[in-house]
Amino acid sequence: MGDRALVPFSPWSWCLLLATLQCCGASFELNRSTDSSAQRELNVRFAAASSQPVETISVFTLDYDYVQIPYEVTLWILLASLAKIGFHLHRRLPGLMPESCLLILVGALVGAVIFGTDHKSPPVMDSSIYFLYLLPPIVLESGYFMPTRPFFENLGSILWWAGLGALLNAFGIGLSLYLICQVPAFGLGDINLLQNLLFGSLISAVDPVAVLAVFEEARVNEQLYMMIFGEALLNDGISVGTRSWASLCSFCRITACAVTMKKYVEENVSQTSCTTIKYFMKMLSSVSETLIFIFMGVSTIGKNHEWNWAFICFTLVFCQIWRAISVFALFYVSNRFRTFPFSVKDQCVIFYSGVRGAGSFSLAFLLPPSLFPRKKLFVTATLVVIYFTVFIQGITVGPLVRYLDVRKTNKKESINEELHTRLMDHLKAGVEDVCGQWSHYQVRDKFKKFDHKYLRKILIRKNLPKSSLVSLYKKLEMKQAIEMVESGVLSSTAFSIPHQAQKTQETKRLSPEDVESMRDILTRNMYQVRQRTLSYNKYNLQPQTSEKQAKEILIRRRNTFRESMKKGHSLPWGKPAGTKNIRYLSFPYSSPLPAGRDVKMAEFTDHDGSDSELPPITFHTHSPAKSIQERRWTAEVIPMKSLHGAGTPPRFGYQRSTSREERLGRGRRAILRPKPLFHAVDEEFESEEEGEEEAPAFGSLLSSELRPGGDCNLSHSPLLQRK
Amino acid sequence: MGSRSSHAARIPDVDSIRRETGFSQASLLRLYHRFRALDRTGKGYLSRMDLQQIEALAVNPLGDRIIDSFFPDGSLRLDFPGFVRVLSHFRPVDEEEDGNRDPKEPEPLNSRMNKLRFAFQLYDLDRDGKISRHEMLQVLRLMVGVQVTEEQLESIADRTVQEADEDGDGAVSFLEFTKSLEKMNIEQKMSIRILK
Repeated sequence: MGDRALVPFSPWSWCLLLATLQCCGASFELNRSTDSSAQRELNVRFAAASSQPVETISVFTLDYDYVQIPYEVTLWILLASLAKIGFHLHRRLPGLMPESCLLILVGALVGAVIFGTDHKSPPVMDSSIYFLYLLPPIVLESGYFMPTRPFFENLGSILWWAGLGALLNAFGIGLSLYLICQVPAFGLGDINLLQNLLFGSLISAVDPVAVLAVFEEARVNEQLYMMIFGEALLNDGISVGTRSWASLCSFCRITACAVTMKKYVEENVSQTSCTTIKYFMKMLSSVSETLIFIFMGVSTIGKNHEWNWAFICFTLVFCQIWRAISVFALFYVSNRFRTFPFSVKDQCVIFYSGVRGAGSFSLAFLLPPSLFPRKKLFVTATLVVIYFTVFIQGITVGPLVRYLDVRKTNKKESINEELHTRLMDHLKAGVEDVCGQWSHYQVRDKFKKFDHKYLRKILIRKNLPKSSLVSLYKKLEMKQAIEMVESGVLSSTAFSIPHQAQKTQETKRLSPEDVESMRDILTRNMYQVRQRTLSYNKYNLQPQTSEKQAKEILIRRRNTFRESMKKGHSLPWGKPAGTKNIRYLSFPYSSPLPAGRDVKMAEFTDHDGSDSELPPITFHTHSPAKSIQERRWTAEVIPMKSLHGAGTPPRFGYQRSTSREERLGRGRRAILRPKPLFHAVDEEFESEEEGEEEAPAFGSLLSSELRPGGDCNLSHSPLLQRK
Repeated sequence: MGSRSSHAARIPDVDSIRRETGFSQASLLRLYHRFRALDRTGKGYLSRMDLQQIEALAVNPLGDRIIDSFFPDGSLRLDFPGFVRVLSHFRPVDEEEDGNRDPKEPEPLNSRMNKLRFAFQLYDLDRDGKISRHEMLQVLRLMVGVQVTEEQLESIADRTVQEADEDGDGAVSFLEFTKSLEKMNIEQKMSIRILK
């Protein structure tokens, strides 16, 4: 989407919006002039036209009351969808303000229309609808897309911060407001402590997810991200939970369900289904959130407000003060225990990202009037706080973060520095992967063991679906095989043209613009470092660039490998194979039993899969591991052959292609007869073959066609001897 | 914790490894578990194949080179001390430790110089102590997407060597390399916090 030229809030969508509004208005017009009069008018006209007796048959009736509720709800949803689409089409807008801003505006707009036509808003929102239909999708989606590893690693900090912070905020705000209410000048004497406390709890619930989208631009570090994210997740639960224990329980249950189910779901279903599930969840939660915001906007414009300057101003002030207190105090304490403490800058960002959202509003709206005689006051106050935080803080948090960030990386880097920095990032990422992921919690290890032993056997089916990378790999292998047949020799690729000649060193004088453009090219085109946490953007699913990059890298590696094979080199790191014959031939990288091997392969691949936690790139099946092995294996055998002087690589190439031709049934016959190098290992390979489900791995292609090669003169005594 | 100490006893030469690398007992234990987990067939050492099984390395542009760096001098087997030795380059630098260090002892493996040396060897494949233009070009090729043309890459490689090269020999020696990175916070860039 970013690649498209700037698409401003396109004219057509505006027109559509306006048209919709017109219809909306028109239908309200009709409603205002009551049905009966409209009907009468129509009837009269009809009668006049047909000069029939006055008794008429109503052909066209407009029973607005009948369709009112679904009609209006649909209208709202339609309006919101159009607004959302327009918002995201616009290139810069999502980075400037959180989406909540837009939704509130839309809601306010709808509210204005409804209010303007004196129409009473239908009671769509009530407690049961909120808890049964609107909140669960949001919670489910949060849980599903939560990056589990960083969350659990930081769980201590998150619970400390979000949990204790929320409580601190709630009590702080509540108590302060109660004290304010005690002042007789403000006329708030009838609000008791309990009401204040409850109000405090619901107003302290932040909805930072709205801000996360803005954070995306600024690339906040992982720790910070997790804190805010965890806070978002827990806040919903806490504020909901303060109302009733049952809701807290159900909230926890939904979250737990989402978090645990994700792992198994993603491994069991195909890539497309996985995507479908993701999109569906996002859609549901998006719709819920939109409805809540719209309703909020509608409620803004109406008669059910009560304005009290003191209460509202102090609410706003206290919200900020208490949030600041809780942030700085709690982090001061927790920084003692953290290995990597949060800087003051980070804390400022966390403080400033305290944007309230629809959650607070819903809770305020659902306060029982019996317990809260001054409910309207609370609703108004909540609305003011939400508007203030969403609009003012939401819009300025982006620039703030960028400002804080920019101060660090202001200096221009030379090309050297850029290149080396990126190299080190890759290096670090690679070594981290070698280290694997350590948990500080024995519990997690135990769970993983349990998971492997029992749960996976039950919950994950045997023939796992393939990820797109795996399919790519297979396609490449097939292509290579076919290529070899057609050309007879291994073809060279576009990539790795080894630079044999060293160009003479001419020191060219490069202008600054050249240097600039070079730096640009480098910055834009260097591969991104693998992100350990997938950046969570609520409104978009993960972009596909990382997968494209991974494919490029895989293809390139394969090609360089092919190149080295072609030149007859042993592996770039290789020593003469010599004594390693035996190792290669016996194919030791798996257990001897084919059936056992499958399971084992699947096991350790899964193990790595859970380690690496990269959903789009995890290898779900064992075949890539196997095909890498086989490829290496075949490559390793080649140098053996050349070393034993049985032939030069090109000749070897002919041999292999010949056998391949036989298999593929082409008529071409090479001069040389197939030297079944691999004959000796056929038997072993055969036994491996049985267990294998996916056939077209490179090596297996090779072996399967060599089997029919009857007249085998074994040219390698070492091979034979091994057997 | 009791069970942990009994495991530590299983690590061969644990004391000498500790002295050499500076890892804590707990970290060594975790590394040992990881080593054993990577060694799927229980050979007692790691081969390149074992490291290649890590999928994330397969899609790392420098994956092959990183694996190579674990096998110095072209050896084919990686034992546990070797594994730990390489990883110790990435230990975070502890300032206190640095202050109390006995200057007569060899530099710890995770010093800035040693970290840079480790990075340097990723470029310098032929181990001649210099990054030639050709080697720079190879690294660039690995790290850059396919849209960049060969000419552009060559000119970038030229420029890179030119910027860092001070004695005009057309290659970047280790000292020139360190000089070009003197402003960079290597200690932070090349430290993995879990290896504390």
